[in-house]
Amino acid sequence: MGRVTFFVSEAIRALRRSAAPSIAAVVTILVTTMLLGVLIPVLRASEGKTTDVRDQIGLRVFLSKDATKAESDRLGEEIEALAHVTSAKYISEDDAVPLLKDRLDSELNRELDLLERNPLPASFEVNLDDPDNVGSVQAALQPSDASGAPKPLSPIIDDVSDSRQEARKITEVTGAVKIVLIVIAALLAIASLLLVANTIRLSIYARRREVEVMRLVGATNWFIRWPFMIEGVLVGLFGATLAVGILWLGKVTIVDPLAESFALVDNFSTVGFAPLVIVLISAAVVVSAMGSGITLRRFLRV
Amino acid sequence: MNLIGTRRRNRATHERRRAAGHERAPAERNEEIRPPIVELRDATVVYPGGHVGIERVSLSIDRGEFAFVVGPTGCGKSTLIKTLIREVDVASGRVLIAGRDIDNIAMAKVPLLRRRIGTVFQDFKLLPNRTVYDNVAYALQVIGAPRSEIRTQVPEILRLVGLQAKIHNYPDQLSGGEQQRVSIARAFVNHPPLLLADEPTGNLDPETSIGIMQLLYRINRTGTTVLVVTHDHSMVDKMRRRVIAFEEGRLVRDEATSGYHDESTTEFAVRVRAEMGVGDEGHTNGDTH
Repeated sequence: MGRVTFFVSEAIRALRRSAAPSIAAVVTILVTTMLLGVLIPVLRASEGKTTDVRDQIGLRVFLSKDATKAESDRLGEEIEALAHVTSAKYISEDDAVPLLKDRLDSELNRELDLLERNPLPASFEVNLDDPDNVGSVQAALQPSDASGAPKPLSPIIDDVSDSRQEARKITEVTGAVKIVLIVIAALLAIASLLLVANTIRLSIYARRREVEVMRLVGATNWFIRWPFMIEGVLVGLFGATLAVGILWLGKVTIVDPLAESFALVDNFSTVGFAPLVIVLISAAVVVSAMGSGITLRRFLRV
Repeated sequence: MNLIGTRRRNRATHERRRAAGHERAPAERNEEIRPPIVELRDATVVYPGGHVGIERVSLSIDRGEFAFVVGPTGCGKSTLIKTLIREVDVASGRVLIAGRDIDNIAMAKVPLLRRRIGTVFQDFKLLPNRTVYDNVAYALQVIGAPRSEIRTQVPEILRLVGLQAKIHNYPDQLSGGEQQRVSIARAFVNHPPLLLADEPTGNLDPETSIGIMQLLYRINRTGTTVLVVTHDHSMVDKMRRRVIAFEEGRLVRDEATSGYHDESTTEFAVRVRAEMGVGDEGHTNGDTH
């Protein structure tokens, strides 16, 4: 116990005595932690977007105008009985109008009102267990006959459309964005690791004479190393705490108000603030403590 | 505590030897009591690059002795010190400290060896951002001494070296002689059986040098073996102690200067000052033995 207090007080003494290198190390940790703190949620958000889009992939089965209610109900049951189909929702001709209106802007809406009768067909919205099964379900709904012409499951099926192409485009774009972000994050992580290691190295290099004297007086390597490691932990903790404070301020003043007015921004809070804070602080502490320990090895040899 | 016990036993040995009228105990008599504190057998040190530090050196120093190692620059004096604290390894031959072959001890145990040997350097090697007190205390903290012991031991040793007034000063606020006293205090604070001094007066003026030598002599009188490396021939001549001379890495002379006799620290200081032609200006500090 006395030894622990000794090591901690040694570390604090060293921090106070070499204020300039200590501040440099703290600032380095602060900047890199902040960058990481922004990048991690962005990365997670882009991943979340992709899964969103994939979840929306489904099939739409349009029915012919002359289908009766009974025929439609039967078809609904048949579709739901197919493999990989989780649900089939019937959308009547009347229901289809407001759905379309939602997608169009007001001018087109007015034109839609000018129409005397409803041109929209009734349809089934088919949800799948996995977007990858779109092909097989579509084949089941509309198997091709010998000549290659589509031969629907039921005569009332007019057309089957899927949202795959749209979805693929979105997935491709978000995938590219994700790769770019991962590359940037990786480069940043490497750069920050080197930066932190270098800063710590400088501060230890300035004290290499001290380490030499300690060795000559008969201090064991761990006796010399502990204060440096604790110093690293304190630097990491301090820098990361400051960074988290700034991130929190940014979240409260910029992101949260935006999230209230824009649903899109809200999507970005895919990562909880508490786990993010824990990850950032522990990463900063581990990196700077390891940096101290590893750099010291050079001076402890012989 | 154990170390202090060792010191007391050493003193007893030393006194018994004195009573018997021996200047240096014969080897076989010494064997039956305890092995010599330092023993080199045919030791050779080769630095990376092929430079030979010391070559086939054999010597033995008994407990309680005060010996000088002399020779021109680059003759292997400092290599000898480095060998004894295992800063360099021998290429061949053996080095024994208190009968123990130090080349066989594991790297992790080297700090334990160094704690049993006090070392004083020409450039003092003090920790620049610690006070005199903390510098000396560090040697005790290293061996895990309890704080209560540190609080009593450190002021005591600083009184012995005459620095009780500068206890809270930093090294750069002290003169060279004072810094060397701190360094000696640090080397001696846990009462090692062996004290090595590498050119302890190399950077100091003659009067200050006498003060340092007097201090080392006082430490020697507590039973600690003291080995001083120096190129200050006039000082060595006046001290009239055993002289081991090196030349180009080889031991060329090993003799106990005639007229070696036991004297008190004060007598010693007065005599050396008179012979060196330096006036006594009241620099005898602290207690006298």
